[in-house]
Amino acid sequence: MLDNVVDLSRLQFAVTALYHFLFVPLTLGMVWLLVIMESVWVMTGKQVYQDMTRFWGKLFGINFALGVTTGITMEFQFGTNWAYYSHYVGDIFGAPLAIEGLMAFFLESTMIGLFFFGWDRLSRKQHLLVTLLMAVGTNLSALWILIANGWMQNPVGAEFSYQTMRMEMTDFVALLFNPDAQAKFVHTVSAGYVTGAMFVLSISSYYLLRGRNVEFAGKSFRIAAAFGFASVCSVIVLGDESGYTVGEAQQTKMAAIEAMWHTEPAPASFNLLAWPNEAKMENDWQISVPWVMGLIGTRSLSKEIPGIHEIMAQNRLRIASGIEAVKALEVLRGKQPTAEAKSVFEKHKRDLGFGLLVKKYSADVAAATPAMLDAAARDTIPRVAPMFWSFRLMVLMGFAMLGLFGWAFWSSIKGNFAHRPGLLKFALWCLPLPWLACEVGWFVAEYGRQPWTIYGVLPTRLSVSTLSESSLYGSMAGFVGFYTVLLIIEMYLMVRFAKQGPGSLGTGRYDQEAVHH
Amino acid sequence: MLDYASLKVIWWLLVGVLLVGFAIMDGHDMGVGTLLPFVGRDDTERRVIINTVGPHWDGNQVWFITGGGAIFAAWPLVYATAFSGFYWAMLVVLWSLFFRPVGFDYRSKIDNPSWRRLWDWGLFIGGAVPPLIFGVAFGNLLQGVPFHFDSTLQSTYEGSFWALLNPFALLCGVVSSSMITLHGAVYLAHRTEGDIQRRALVWVKVAGWLLLAAFSVAGVWLASGIEGYVITSVIDPNSLPDPLAKTVSRASGAWLANYRHWPLTLLVPMLAYMGTLGAMGLARRGHTFAAFWASAIALTGIIGTAGVSMFPFVMPSSSHPEASLTVWDSVSSHLTLGLMLGATLIFMPIIIIYTRWAYRVMRGKVTAAYVRENSHSAY
Repeated sequence: MLDNVVDLSRLQFAVTALYHFLFVPLTLGMVWLLVIMESVWVMTGKQVYQDMTRFWGKLFGINFALGVTTGITMEFQFGTNWAYYSHYVGDIFGAPLAIEGLMAFFLESTMIGLFFFGWDRLSRKQHLLVTLLMAVGTNLSALWILIANGWMQNPVGAEFSYQTMRMEMTDFVALLFNPDAQAKFVHTVSAGYVTGAMFVLSISSYYLLRGRNVEFAGKSFRIAAAFGFASVCSVIVLGDESGYTVGEAQQTKMAAIEAMWHTEPAPASFNLLAWPNEAKMENDWQISVPWVMGLIGTRSLSKEIPGIHEIMAQNRLRIASGIEAVKALEVLRGKQPTAEAKSVFEKHKRDLGFGLLVKKYSADVAAATPAMLDAAARDTIPRVAPMFWSFRLMVLMGFAMLGLFGWAFWSSIKGNFAHRPGLLKFALWCLPLPWLACEVGWFVAEYGRQPWTIYGVLPTRLSVSTLSESSLYGSMAGFVGFYTVLLIIEMYLMVRFAKQGPGSLGTGRYDQEAVHH
Repeated sequence: MLDYASLKVIWWLLVGVLLVGFAIMDGHDMGVGTLLPFVGRDDTERRVIINTVGPHWDGNQVWFITGGGAIFAAWPLVYATAFSGFYWAMLVVLWSLFFRPVGFDYRSKIDNPSWRRLWDWGLFIGGAVPPLIFGVAFGNLLQGVPFHFDSTLQSTYEGSFWALLNPFALLCGVVSSSMITLHGAVYLAHRTEGDIQRRALVWVKVAGWLLLAAFSVAGVWLASGIEGYVITSVIDPNSLPDPLAKTVSRASGAWLANYRHWPLTLLVPMLAYMGTLGAMGLARRGHTFAAFWASAIALTGIIGTAGVSMFPFVMPSSSHPEASLTVWDSVSSHLTLGLMLGATLIFMPIIIIYTRWAYRVMRGKVTAAYVRENSHSAY
């Protein structure tokens, strides 16, 4: 019963988060492209750049509306479906969410109104400032959300208090400068920039292939190619950086991504391809490149990277210690707390989360058998095959996009891209790639954190609200229904206006004015 | 840093400020959404109405989102218990809010009467349903809702969605709906002219009288028929928050205790009356801008009345009164409350400054001519 509620809550969160993340990356990237286009307009006074800002801004708006719609769900859902999580870590996790609202989301949402409605009421420079503030707000918003998410991956600056039965903040600065959050932020926003660039590049290619609005499309193509090339380099370089911090804070995730069952002598080799076998806890076969993993993961030739078996053995010790913490905590929370329980608790407190893992097998952790501890230790490793393959898929798509943007950037320097149908078609067909890569990246980051909501602190299984299965089925059906309809409507409008092109502005300067509205 | 007890009280006030801010800012565009199908007789009129809030609704909605975030950060137990306990009510609010961003942005992008009609009703749902449900939720908080905690502070809600729809709560829903409708009507009268303005002024009158009547009946009912809650053990406001460490009893008339202790607080419900009557009178004389702020005072008075009546309770438990959540025992740590206070004091003035600027840029009457001239960019 409970496990069903947990699975359904996870599924609902995954569906709503992945759906929300269809719109966020495009917003993050498009907003800077709008800043660039409008800056060129303000500097050169060439009308086409204002038209570009307005037309791409229109598509940006269609996307933004669903980003807002689905973003509220995310904030609600911690409370509705993850109530125990909200209580247990709200003291830390709530702060970045609230600051995100105050510092970023207000700014972004107020400025977006002026962006669309302020063209005739603001001077050129004022309007550019509005667009810039909208971009800053959008990106700051991502920063605070990823500070919150980074803390789930690497919970620094906080400590458990048995009196209040929750985690409490001890060091806000540590939370801010959490290396995981920093790495995630740059990787995620860069991925968003690539998404924005791909969107403009692909649709511009579509116009160029048809010979429509050539000047407009060519200028858009150039900007997207340059911005996209810089961004895709940054995604890959900083993605590697994010691998490095993952290595420090979450060796487990790295071991699963690499299907590294055993600790190798340093520097470890990198499994280019392998066939992970979950039951045997081995790879059926593997193709490895010597040294590479050690270099990526530790930036050294001498540090070892622990394999899955070693991590499990360490975790089993922590589970045994955590059980002592849970038992002592029960005494401390009971009618007669003792000084002895307090000292035992203090000693084992850092393993409390690991002790809680055993609750899956035995509500009374004191009664846990060695077999249960083994099972709990096994649970600390996310399933390897999904991690291994999704990570490789993400990287492959990243390099495909590097190839595209490299080619597009080179051709736009040479100025011959408009006469390269091969390039333009390739750009058009690559359109879905950044979205797929972002979704898969989300999966690697979040599925790879299982079985925890807060790594090492709170098991996912204990984080849910006390809800009935039928409530979950009902809400899930509602979300899927709403989201499907909304996606159809959004795609319809997006395709319609993208096909019509800048003619939809009704300026009289572009083709297909007749179908305007 | 301030001591813990002061911070706890300050955060009660701040959550109040955020709720009032939400009601004033998002409230007026929700009120406009509620009135949309009734005040706008044709497509152009409806576009005029939508464009009075077009540039602002998105920024205004952040009051709601930030309010939610602040409750998460400052009162995590309230956030957890209320959102999960009111599961279906929250989902209905959420799903009705879905209609707003898409309604505003997509409606006028396609020139098809049934498409637009559909989104008009979507905007109506997005404007009318959330205030109604928030009112109903307050009505239930005033009566207490059935929930308890286990020793690890996992909350369990024992009621059903349908039990929330009891007569007193529905009356509070009427208070909240009429208050938001009044506020929206006053704003609409300020930003429009001619027929639309005239119809909006009729709604000011209708919603205003309905609000006065519903608020009065709810007040009498609260004083005579609804049992309030009293903490019967000694509370140390500086202690670590533990919602299971007190005893609570129910008593009729208990929600009047604060007004007896601090008679000055009677000003709060007075503000509700003065603001509402003021808004109605000022709007009738054509002082629509002043009327908007009078209506804002009414909102402050009404929300404040619920807050003052319940203080220090935030979410009383009807089934396990001792598990009730209060400002003393459902809060975050001393450090977090202090930090969040700092963040609020820094950013709130900045937000108010640029919001004011945005309204200044877009000031003036929205007219049919404006909508025609900007048919490609306006909503």
